[in-house]
Amino acid sequence: MLEGIFIGLEAAFSVKNILMVVAGCLIGTFIGMLPGLGPMSIIAIMIPVAITLGDPAAALILLAGVYYGAIFGGSTSSILLNAPGVAGTVATSFDGYPMARKGQAGKALTIAAVASFAGGTIGAILLMIFAPALSSVALLFHSAEYFALMVVGLSAIAAFAGTGQVAKALMMTILGLILATVGEGALFNMPRFTMGMMDLQSGISFITLAMAMFALPEALFLVLNPARGASNAEGGSNKITNLRFSRAEGRAMLPVIGRQSVQGFFIGVLPGAGATIASFLGYAVERNLAKGEEQAEFGKGSVKGLAAPETANNAACTGSFVPLLTLGIPGSGTTAILLGALIALNVTPGPRLMTDTPEIFWAVIISMFIGNLVLLVLNLPLIPYIAKILSIPRNYLIPFILFFTLMGAYIGQNNATELLMLVGLGIMATIFRFADYPLAPLLIGFILGTMLEDNFARSMQLYRGLDFILQRPMTLGLLILAAFLVLLPSYRARRARKRAEGVADGD
Amino acid sequence: MTMNMTRRVVMAAAAVTLAFTNPAAADGHQVMDEINFLIPGGAGGGWDGTARGTGEALMGAGLIGNASYENMSGGGGGVAIAHLIENADSLQNTMMVNSTPIVIRSLTGVFPQSFRDLTLVAGTIGDYAAIVVNTDSDIMSMDDLLAAYRADGMAFAVGGGSVPGGLDHLVAASVMQAAGEDPTAFNYIPYDAGGAAMAGLLSGEIRALSTGFSEAVVLAEQGEVRILGVTSPERVPAFADAPTMMEQGLDTTFVNWRGFFAAPGLPDDKLAMMQDAIAKMYDTPEWEEVRARNGWVNIYNNGDDFRAFLEAQETEIGDLMKTLGFL
Repeated sequence: MLEGIFIGLEAAFSVKNILMVVAGCLIGTFIGMLPGLGPMSIIAIMIPVAITLGDPAAALILLAGVYYGAIFGGSTSSILLNAPGVAGTVATSFDGYPMARKGQAGKALTIAAVASFAGGTIGAILLMIFAPALSSVALLFHSAEYFALMVVGLSAIAAFAGTGQVAKALMMTILGLILATVGEGALFNMPRFTMGMMDLQSGISFITLAMAMFALPEALFLVLNPARGASNAEGGSNKITNLRFSRAEGRAMLPVIGRQSVQGFFIGVLPGAGATIASFLGYAVERNLAKGEEQAEFGKGSVKGLAAPETANNAACTGSFVPLLTLGIPGSGTTAILLGALIALNVTPGPRLMTDTPEIFWAVIISMFIGNLVLLVLNLPLIPYIAKILSIPRNYLIPFILFFTLMGAYIGQNNATELLMLVGLGIMATIFRFADYPLAPLLIGFILGTMLEDNFARSMQLYRGLDFILQRPMTLGLLILAAFLVLLPSYRARRARKRAEGVADGD
Repeated sequence: MTMNMTRRVVMAAAAVTLAFTNPAAADGHQVMDEINFLIPGGAGGGWDGTARGTGEALMGAGLIGNASYENMSGGGGGVAIAHLIENADSLQNTMMVNSTPIVIRSLTGVFPQSFRDLTLVAGTIGDYAAIVVNTDSDIMSMDDLLAAYRADGMAFAVGGGSVPGGLDHLVAASVMQAAGEDPTAFNYIPYDAGGAAMAGLLSGEIRALSTGFSEAVVLAEQGEVRILGVTSPERVPAFADAPTMMEQGLDTTFVNWRGFFAAPGLPDDKLAMMQDAIAKMYDTPEWEEVRARNGWVNIYNNGDDFRAFLEAQETEIGDLMKTLGFL
């Protein structure tokens, strides 16, 4: 293994490969910032370029750079515009956007960059040490466990129920789950709830729903409620572009980053989970671990609430290379495209990759360290300029947000019906916002809904009933954990209330 | 390593040839000025790869002047088909890529049109299907697999990367039928993609997997899976270790084709140009490069042959789906 690492070091530090890392990260992070173009489409576009390189190591280094660069850059639109471009950065907007609204956009972007860097780097260390041993971990989960994991992921909505909106949050989650059933599911031969409309056949697209739930109502709200928009410039442009977070905030973030880079990495290793689940779970777990006032901060601009999903999604992205490289199994659409590119270059990923072509295996892993460093160095100096977007006067900013929202929904599908759906769902979301219903649970329900249903139905079919819950200890364990995560906050709240009453009685 | 070196040399040589011969080629045997490829799905899928690969080879070989691509997803391909029919007059240079699902989906009524509503250009490439098991499995042949299924019944789960009634399910069902078993009785577990289904097999959740042959070869070469049977009439040279279904006494063959369609009512001269360009493409090194890179099998099916092939496949799949209760 050491010998392999040395070969990898030599390859990764060649001038050509360093250029590839820098180019990949640059392209990934800039395109990733635009909502609508996720890592999957960027990589698909980059593949012909990578293949003409002819050198599999260089090609994979370039494409991997584009991949984690896009995840790195994806948080920008979540934080600044409340417009998550990929599912993996939805949780980033929960606390990133409120922070930006308080005039701390620069700080939020810096925290996201540092957390991403840490998640990616620690992930790469884990990948280097454990990759060969982890292939069996990747196969540990069956459909039953994935189902239970999705239930744990759904418990992230408890974070939004804390504010006395339990019933509303649950209703929105269920609405999200219902929306996820539209279209031709993976398990049924028949389209459901499409009302005979062909455009609904493949279901509602994530990006359209995300734009309709978050970015569009935000823009409409600014128009309809001028007083709220005024807070945009509250902190003045000095504060917006200020990158610094305090030492106390840094100290609060440190354990979060430590925990989430490990947790996120291991969730990323599971081929059926990935960055999105990792970010929701990271958010839910950290919220439950936080105490008192810190917990109340979640959803309102908490430093921990921003660092958790950002660390977790980058670590998970690195973790997803384990099943790809050691088993040849793609866990997501993006890694499926990467696998295609590898095969096109005559490299067959699998158990023998490490022994047959160690120079590729290790060079790619080592290039990830360089890549994360490049991303950090590249992004930090740019943050003040990017954050300045928010100091644009409202009458220019709103059309800008609308443009990106509409473009984001259209570009992925090239289908104008998406725009109509976007506007329709956006109006619905705006009404929900006026009625003070939280929209994030809807999106969480929608994202997890399909995977929840597929894995549940598959388990039912495999065990011909609900037996899998009792026959598979890990499934049972995860379901108990989910119940615990949902019930704990309300138990805590009740105890706190009782204690407060007790004090009052004592007086 | 030797592989990589040779490959690099070939690529470099190809690049040089390309650079020097391209202008001449453009004057010499260019067949069409431009082709616009209509892709019924998003970037990165199988249709996308086929269209872009074909366009790359046609343009590289100088057979067409320019290739452009338009992704139009929705309706399992139905949106693009409707677009091609509605705007037939203005889409005279457009070729839509499609594959076996156009037959299945028009049978099940996902979209109202069928291949009969379009101009058939040609079937170009194909991939066979295969039944595979984990290398650790004690199942060594299709006979073993059928014996295990007869012993365990519903507890013997066979997975696939498509919905019930989709490609992978149909292949498994036709194998069962050929073995004299009830094709509706076995426990088929659907996954939403081939990769997820493969993970299911390796994790031991399912006992056997119905999948694409090229996908199976990749993992078989790494020693992760054993290919029990492939649906080709004869063994495939690219991986001759894999026995066919036919030689194990299971009378079933299947090829998942990909090919091109044009707008209805396309003038004959236009159609002839498109077919000419594709026919000439097969002999070019540019196509061989693209084909080998993707592990595709050439199956050239022009115009009327293509129609006969599609009609035969439609009958075959239709009968099977009726037996399975999907129609």
